[in-house]
Amino acid sequence: MSAATEPVRFGLVVFPGSNCDTDAFQAVATFPGATARYLWHKDTGFDDIDAVILPGGFSYGDYLRCGAIARFSPIMDAVRGFAGDGGLVLGICNGFQILAEAGLLPGALIRNTCLTFVCRYVNLRVETTATPFTSACTPGERPRIVVKHNEGNYTADPETLARMKANDQIVLRYVDAAGEPTDAANPNGAVESIAGVCNEGRNVFGMMPHPENSVEDGLAGGTDGRCIFRSMIDHVLAARAAHGAGAGGDASRPAAAAGGAR
Amino acid sequence: MSADQSGRAGTPGIRLHATLADAVKLGLTEDEWHKLCEIQGGEPTYPELAIYSLMWSEHCSYKHSRPILGRFPTSGPRILQGPGENAGVIDIGEGWAVAMKVESHNHPSAVEPFQGAATGVGGIIRDIFTMGARPIASLDSLRFGEIEGEENARQRYLFEHVVGGIGFYGNCIGIPTIAGEVYFEDSYAGNCLVNAMCAGLVRTDKIVRAKAAGIGNLVVLIGAKTGRDGIGGASVLASQEFDETLEEKRPSVQVGDPFTEKKLIEACLELLDGKLVVSMQDLGAAGLTSSSSEMASKGFVGLDIHADRVPLREADMEPWEIMISESQERMLSIVEPARLDDVIEVCTRWDLDATVIGEVTDTKLLRILWHGEQVGAIPARRLADESPVIRTPSVKPAYLADEPVDPEAVAAGDDTFGLPAGTPVYPAPAAGDEGLGAALLELLAAPNIASKRWAYEQYDYIVQANTVQIPGSDAAVLRVKDTPLGIAFATDCNGRHCYLDPLRGARAAVAEAARNLSCVGALPLAVTDCLNFGNPEKGEMYWTFEQAVEGMAQACEALETPVVSGNVSFYNESFGNAIYPTPVVGMLGLLDDVSLTADHRFKDEGDVILLLGPDTAALDGSEYQKVHFGRVEGRIPDVDLDLEKRLQAAVRDGVRRGLLTSAHDCAEGGLAVALAECAIGSGATGGLRTDDPDTAVPRFLGAEVELPAASSGSAATEGDAAAPSAAAGRTDIALFGEGPSRVIVTLAETDLDAFLTLLDGVPWANIGRVTGERLAVTIGGIEAFRLPVRRLCEAYESLPQRLH
Repeated sequence: MSAATEPVRFGLVVFPGSNCDTDAFQAVATFPGATARYLWHKDTGFDDIDAVILPGGFSYGDYLRCGAIARFSPIMDAVRGFAGDGGLVLGICNGFQILAEAGLLPGALIRNTCLTFVCRYVNLRVETTATPFTSACTPGERPRIVVKHNEGNYTADPETLARMKANDQIVLRYVDAAGEPTDAANPNGAVESIAGVCNEGRNVFGMMPHPENSVEDGLAGGTDGRCIFRSMIDHVLAARAAHGAGAGGDASRPAAAAGGAR
Repeated sequence: MSADQSGRAGTPGIRLHATLADAVKLGLTEDEWHKLCEIQGGEPTYPELAIYSLMWSEHCSYKHSRPILGRFPTSGPRILQGPGENAGVIDIGEGWAVAMKVESHNHPSAVEPFQGAATGVGGIIRDIFTMGARPIASLDSLRFGEIEGEENARQRYLFEHVVGGIGFYGNCIGIPTIAGEVYFEDSYAGNCLVNAMCAGLVRTDKIVRAKAAGIGNLVVLIGAKTGRDGIGGASVLASQEFDETLEEKRPSVQVGDPFTEKKLIEACLELLDGKLVVSMQDLGAAGLTSSSSEMASKGFVGLDIHADRVPLREADMEPWEIMISESQERMLSIVEPARLDDVIEVCTRWDLDATVIGEVTDTKLLRILWHGEQVGAIPARRLADESPVIRTPSVKPAYLADEPVDPEAVAAGDDTFGLPAGTPVYPAPAAGDEGLGAALLELLAAPNIASKRWAYEQYDYIVQANTVQIPGSDAAVLRVKDTPLGIAFATDCNGRHCYLDPLRGARAAVAEAARNLSCVGALPLAVTDCLNFGNPEKGEMYWTFEQAVEGMAQACEALETPVVSGNVSFYNESFGNAIYPTPVVGMLGLLDDVSLTADHRFKDEGDVILLLGPDTAALDGSEYQKVHFGRVEGRIPDVDLDLEKRLQAAVRDGVRRGLLTSAHDCAEGGLAVALAECAIGSGATGGLRTDDPDTAVPRFLGAEVELPAASSGSAATEGDAAAPSAAAGRTDIALFGEGPSRVIVTLAETDLDAFLTLLDGVPWANIGRVTGERLAVTIGGIEAFRLPVRRLCEAYESLPQRLH
């Protein structure tokens, strides 16, 4: 089997309070060229993984600040190393919160301005396709995806925001039906209607909406979330092709007992 | 605790002696005291008394309801487990079964709404996974007092915090809250209702029952540590009326920890799936006491419980406190000694305590030990089987009317609603947007009808990736993964109808739940019920209870939906005022092919609109009567269960064959509100998605509807038997009156003939077409109203702004 036809291997980090892990697993499984495996939070490393997803949920209950405990979990050292080596890391909702807490993404996520949990379909606008997570989208594409969170209000100081803009790190915004980032269309009060951001290296991406709940026809969520997974798979395959027969798992990644506790 | 002079013996510092006075303090009667003394062969120890007081409380023993509940049909070809276990189980085919149950958490929620509602959700979830089923859906049926106005700030507080508590628990634990209902009526002002329902999926060959077995096996407590929270919840809160001591009862409310429960679900399902435990039981009301005595009595064995081995949050707890604590997120399991290490390994991986606290014995006694010394021993089966049964002599309440109201009546001098003598009681609004149109907007904005988006958007209704129809539809629909099947759920009960006629109201509640399922194309399979009533020691209340159970039983028999599980909540009274009788019906439906479902949203311009069902729109008990005239009186129409069954079969067939583009039950607000809801729902982009007027593309579809002139006789024309012709020629009652067995469907004109062949004698009327962006209704050639759907939507969505 050639490197190009080997499946793209997703690792899904499972904290004891993760609750969108199985949804993400099944979302990956809807892509013929992809496989998924669970990574247990107590594990200190993993290998043979092309992309890591930190799924939604309530990592360790999150009765304190969301993700404040999770950032110290053993698996996060491995994720940090993986990201440092250029591996793709997607944080969805609680995963985004954890990545921000861990310092892998700029800014922070605070309580929704409405002070309640919000579960709602929102219109997004893809602000840049120059990321491994949105490359399969068309510029300005407006996927409609569900958000469901208590603390999705993205914030960052003005200097950080300016730097992020200069680096094209703002990936998704909440917009209205006409495509404008209005206050009414912003479900949580996020600064500048920001719904998703990437790091400077562009290999770590966090988003509050749940693309894994928008991948299958016949369900309420629709299929607008597919472009995120499609982009990641395409990116891994393209990277493999560029590296010739080198496949995905390069030697610099931390090697340790793999998880998959469930 | 340590200063009790009256009764200490044996182990120093432990309360052992009990008296009749203690028994009365714990809610037992003198008769019950004598009976338990007879079973015990003498006066009980204090731990024994504490156990009896809980197990014989109304909440645990169903002493007032047991003799009546036997009326329910409980078996059927698909029923794998009826009442008597933690949840009922229904075979849905393809090797899968659904476990489901609804339970009340009314009194804890009235005392502390956030935690009361949260732990209600947590408790019912444990009932489901105890059966070996993975919880896949939560529903909630809520009742509060009126919420608008300065004077009702407390009701708003309760509503907001109950919704917050449900979301807090359900969202964290990752179980979608997919449907529910909420009503606001003054009768619930002192006693809100919080009924939580959960359903789970289990392979038919992996159903677990809570029965202790295997002499010498170990009793293992899994999960959270035990504290003093919820001590006496079942007897203090659930089995008494409320009075001015409400605040003092706050310590009896438990505190929920959904994170621990999430770990508990995963660990327990792993234990059950791997057959590492013999059986399992959750610790709910009355804690360790009820779980251990039930497991012992069901298994015809004894259990020794070493109370001193229970991991505690508070070090100085006494054995009786440990036995009755209602600390949440705990499970009791029976484990073979050889499997203990495996069980502990799984629990440790999930960071949960698993502690051996006892063993299965052949004594048939529930024995409580404290550092090796026996402090209580109770015959487990006699504790369960010989609990008291009380049948209150029932008395028909004086307020009940035998006849419907006369809409043309004028007030008499003694009119209790305060109208001067001679004024019309029910003055009809004039035709036109300012009259009947304004009445429609008033109804759409009324809290009982208005959009519940504010509440359900606080619930994760999408997690687990099975949701096909989101809240706001007639019924929620989920797919069953890896099968073509779909399952649907609805909860229903109009308490006002049950107040005016408990028999008819209960029949209607079952029929409406089934109708809602049929509207999404699902075949109704089974019922779980939560019977919320006042003080059963009062004859009039007991009469309404008997009538409601009879009504439910009749409808469940006719519609072939057995009752598989449920809960009775009595004493829903405060300061002597009872709630409306509220027998909440939770129902499961099955779709053979989940891709063939329908919702209530108008889809296509030009579709024909049919009204199916009888001509029975009535003013009595309607939302219109309450909202527009401020009155609740009369006698509600009865549901014809044979016609109901044929109607539902026709609607289901129409959905399954893909003939119907929408289907919607006519409920509160009658035909006009049902039409408005179909039109408002059309505004959502992408069909099944949530309606969000802030961000959705505005694409409302309205309708042109024509009804024959309202007359006092039947307006039936050929094929048009259903066209409303309200009493005494009242167009307002034709529009807003309520009656059972009515459904609006839309379909392409080309499918009309095919659909009509399915009707099997069900009355129907072709009442108009889907068209334009306005809803216009003409009656007898006179236009009743013509309103932009956008305006209807604004009224429908206006409640949150009015409350804040």
